[in-house]
Order: sequence, then C-alpha cells, then structure tokens
Amino acid sequence: MPKFLTFENISKSFGKQQVVNDVSFSVAKGEVFSLLGPSGCGKTTLLRICAGLEEPDTGKVFLDGKDITNLSPNERQVNTVFQNYALFPHMTVRDNIAFGPKIAGWNRKKIISEANSFMDLTQMTEHKNKYPHQLSGGQRQRVAIARALINRPLVLLLDEPLAALDLKLRQRMLVELDTIHDQIGTTFLFVTHDQGEAMSISDKIAVMNKGIIEQIGSPPQIYESPNTSFVAAFIGDTNFFEGTVSEVTNSEISRIQPSDFSEITVYNDKHLSIGTQVYLSIRPEKINISKTLPLTDKSYINTFKGIVDDVIYLGSMTKFWVKTQDYKLSIIKQHSSFLLDEEPIRWNDEVWISWNPEHGYLLDHYAEIDENLLTLPS
Amino acid sequence: MRSDSNKNKFTEFVLTSPTLFWLIFFFLIPTIIAVIMALRPSNPYGDLEPGWTLINFETIFSPLYIPVIWRTIWVSFASTFACLLFSIPVGYYMSRLSEKNRKIILFLIIVPFWTNSLIRIFAWKLILNPDGIIQAIFVFFGIIPESGSLIYSTGTVLLVTIYSYLPFAILPIYAAAERFDFRLIEAARDLGATRWHAFIYIFLPNISKGLMAATAMVLIPCLGSYVIPDLVGGTSSQMIGNLIANQAFVARNIPMAAAWSTLLMAMILLPLVIILCSKILLKKENC
Repeated sequence: MPKFLTFENISKSFGKQQVVNDVSFSVAKGEVFSLLGPSGCGKTTLLRICAGLEEPDTGKVFLDGKDITNLSPNERQVNTVFQNYALFPHMTVRDNIAFGPKIAGWNRKKIISEANSFMDLTQMTEHKNKYPHQLSGGQRQRVAIARALINRPLVLLLDEPLAALDLKLRQRMLVELDTIHDQIGTTFLFVTHDQGEAMSISDKIAVMNKGIIEQIGSPPQIYESPNTSFVAAFIGDTNFFEGTVSEVTNSEISRIQPSDFSEITVYNDKHLSIGTQVYLSIRPEKINISKTLPLTDKSYINTFKGIVDDVIYLGSMTKFWVKTQDYKLSIIKQHSSFLLDEEPIRWNDEVWISWNPEHGYLLDHYAEIDENLLTLPS
Repeated sequence: MRSDSNKNKFTEFVLTSPTLFWLIFFFLIPTIIAVIMALRPSNPYGDLEPGWTLINFETIFSPLYIPVIWRTIWVSFASTFACLLFSIPVGYYMSRLSEKNRKIILFLIIVPFWTNSLIRIFAWKLILNPDGIIQAIFVFFGIIPESGSLIYSTGTVLLVTIYSYLPFAILPIYAAAERFDFRLIEAARDLGATRWHAFIYIFLPNISKGLMAATAMVLIPCLGSYVIPDLVGGTSSQMIGNLIANQAFVARNIPMAAAWSTLLMAMILLPLVIILCSKILLKKENC
C-alpha cells in the first residue's frame, strides 16, 4: 500500500524531558491508524506535530509525498478534533462548522450547502442555531467532527475524542465515527489511551510507551502476538512466565523451565535453542479451568492444579484468579452454555487449569511493567 | 417555602438598600435638580428666576460652543480608541506570561495609582514645559520650531488623558484575556486561520465583555474630563467639564452650568440606552 502520511525520525523534547524519541511510521491512505499508549507516552505530541501545533526537534513529516514539517497549521491539509472539542463559544453550531470554509473564502452558496450536508452527516441539523454551551457532550463532539471534516482534510486527527464522554455514549460515538469513516473514507489518525477504542475502530495500531513505538500492527496481531511485555500487558490482561528453554522436542515444540513453576510446553516459532532466557505470555481467556481433570488427548501437557483465590462474575464471562505454586494466574471463562445448569466454581475450590502449547506466546523482550497496567478487574 | 422566599427577598432588599439610597440621594435627585435648574432663567447675579425657559439650551447649541462639544466628543473617543489599541496587546501578552511575570507586570500597571492623579498630571506640565528636556530635544532635532510648544494644546490633553486612563483599559481587558481559552486559537489555526484571522475572529469576540468594560471605564470619565484640559490644555482645548466649572464658579450662571451638566449626562446615557435597547430587540428577534 502506498505510504500516505509518514513520520520520519521524529524527536521532541520539552525542556529536559524527551517526549518523542526517534519515531518513524507510515499511515496508508484511507486507514484508521491509532496511536495507543498511557498518558505521557508522546502520542498527543506526535498528533500535534502532524497538525503543525508543535515543531519537532528533529525529523520530518510527509503528507501525500510533500514535506509538511515546516508548514504552519493553516497551510496543512489536516484538521483536528480536539480532546476538549475547542468549539468557538461565541458562534452557533452552523457558524462553527462553516468557520473553515469562510476563512478559506469559499463562495456563500457552497458554504451553505456544505455546512448543511455535514450537519446532516453528524445529525446536528436541528441544533444548528444553538451555541456550544447549549449542547450535550455527544453533540459537541459531533460539531467538532463536522467542523474538521468540512474542510476536506487529507487526514483527520482525533485527539482522545471520546475521553470526555460517559461509557454508553462513548460506545455509540465510536460506532458513529466508524460509520463516518466508511462514508467519507478520510484517513484517520486516532490518539487514545483506551485499548478498547483502539481495537474496535483501527485498521492499524501503534502501541507507544515512553516516547517510542513498541509495536505496530493490526488489532489481532497486537493482541495475539505482542512483541514486548509492555504491549502484552497494555493490550488486555496477560500472565507472564520467565524461564529458560530446557528441551527442544522438535522444530516447533519446546519446553521451558520457569524458575519457580513447573515445566511449560510451548510452541517455539522463534526457534530458540536450549538455555535461552525467554518470556512467555498467556492470555487469561486461553486458559481452561475445570473442577475435574480435563480429558483431552493432550492431557497432562500444561495442566496444573490450583486453588481459586478470587472470582468475579461479569455476566457474559467470569474472571478467576487461581493460585498455583508461587504464581497467581488470571483466567477468563466465557459462558457459552447456560451457567445455572453447571455446578459453579467457587472461592477456595481446588481446580485444574490447562492450556494448549500453541496459546502461549514468546515475547521478544521484557521490560519492567508499571504495576497499574497488570491484571486487575476492570 | 413561600415565607422562605419572602424572607430571602427581604434580606436581599436590606443588603442592597444602602446602594439604592445612595443612588437615589446622590445621583437621581441631584440629576433631577440639575435638569430643573437648567430649565430656569437666571438673573445677572447668577441666581434662579421664577418661570421656565429653554434659553440655556439654545445658548449651548449656539455656534460659539459647537467646537467645544465636538472637541469633547472627539478627544474622548480618540483617547478611548487609543487606550483600547494599546491595552489589547498588553492584555493578550500578559495572559500568556508565567504566573510570576504576570504579577510583576500587574504590579507595574497598578503602581502609578500610589501617586495622586493630580500630581501625576502636574508632572506632565514639568516634563513638557517649554524649558524642559523634551522640548529641548524636539527643538534640537527640528521636530518642532523653537517658538513652538508641546504643552497647552489639544494634543497634550489627548496624550495625558491616554496616559491617565490606560490602566483602566488594561485591567478589564487583561481580566477577560486571562479567562480566554487559548486552545481556541490553536483550533482556529488548525481550521485554516492565519494568526491575524484567529485574533480578529476568535480572540476579540471572546474578550468582548472586557472590551465593553474598558470602553465604559475610559469613555465616561473622558467625556466629563475637567482637570486634564485645565492643567495641560490651552484656551483652545477646553472641554465641556471646563465650561461647567467656568459657568458655576467664574461666570456665576448656575442655570447655564446645569444645562451643560444635563447635556453631558445625556451624552453619556444615550449610548448606554442605545446598547440596552438593541440588546432587548436582539433578544426578541432570537425568540
């Protein structure tokens, strides 16, 4: 796919603090590309550099083949939906939306018809004469989107656009954003700290941490095969094991020996040799939990006994914390069958846990992880 | 609940009554007295005569005084305009400064108030004196002829008026600018506005309350200006305030002084009434 928006070796510091550290990536035309990371990871700074509101210390930004690094914000064909929306308080909805075209000097007729069609698109027509303070959060959001899109930007920049909304509205706006993207096909660069938002809307996600990009990939790639412990922990929950390769069974199956856990069989697609130190991530929903010993042909592979330490019932699924040896594993059980017919697993029950060797994922590298990112009920 | 709200109304009345009585006794009643006096004939001793007349207002609008009225208006509007022009950038940059620097600038703006305004105006007399340093410099560079004068002209009145009232314009504009959300400027720039467009279309409308307050704070005292034209102005830079003083204390024509006061009052109130009416009309239109 041709590269449409490219960041090349971008670095930026504020005072002594390096916020973005030599970051390079490209966004394809028409894509929804998310920059995902915890606050302070540099994602908003990258967005502001793209908008021209911040100047990079080093590096270049290319849009549609042109170097836009030194253009001022009004000379770039990008528009931003700001986190606080930044609607003009002294203008009505219609005037807010028509601001860009008016400044650009479109003729009156075109401004009116375009403003009307974008008010239609965002369902704001009936509120066109209201002022921003008379609107609800979701309506302000829509005005901000219409006000940006009317200028026909090559890239729409969205800076945590849903952060100020409550959960239900956030989900609805996410669907609306997706619909709008399908209708007009503009490239979206979406900044968020919410992995759920990023996963559900994006074609591609760049996971950022401390000013660098840890991994770029499609949502399933990022979730299923995280490169680093940070990505594994930040995108969803996971269980980590640290150990060394103790036996290579064949070209694809190995056994690893964690320092304080029983031997684990893994799918070794990275072809690591005996003695290599490895880090293994196993997603909670990939682990089976049952009161009886699971009877499969692969029995006794990655099958351990444990005690249920905590249970959280969440309706469609239940979260378990199971203590086995020195580890406390997080496990998610989806309820695909009618739960009341089964005998439930309770706190302090003795259970069997097991997982398929292919469901563990070996990480490229491991870094200390912020405790807050690790498995806590959300 | 009812008695509660009655009680609240009563408390409200008691708390605001001093202001109300102050306005009635020291503003409304004197104004009415002045208007009545302006409609009475006078005798050569300056006392009021019985009966009613419009002769005082006829005198006011005689060709003799038209230049004074005109000067009062243009000097006031010109000083107000100049004060706004200087204050807007000051307010803008002050609100962008760090907390500490902002306090220093605020202090510097307020510090002249520690000296009596009369003394500060008098100081200008010394600065612009024909034997003073500024005159010498201007003459040296040929900006003014040796026989020329920097003082006792309408220009001087304008200069000292702007100097005196500038802080009154800066403070409300700064207060409004401080509350302004500068992220709106970024949004405007992002939507294609140049710095200048963002300033005109976004910054100015959002500090309009500050601009209105500044206009009122400068324009109203300017119209009633008396001390400044008296001290640094010449005979050709008299304003209405000087005429009132002259009629009351020198010519001893109380009805004439009252008529001038009435005119001044009308000049100040008229714009306010127009603004108020237009606001009410606009509201009706919106409904």
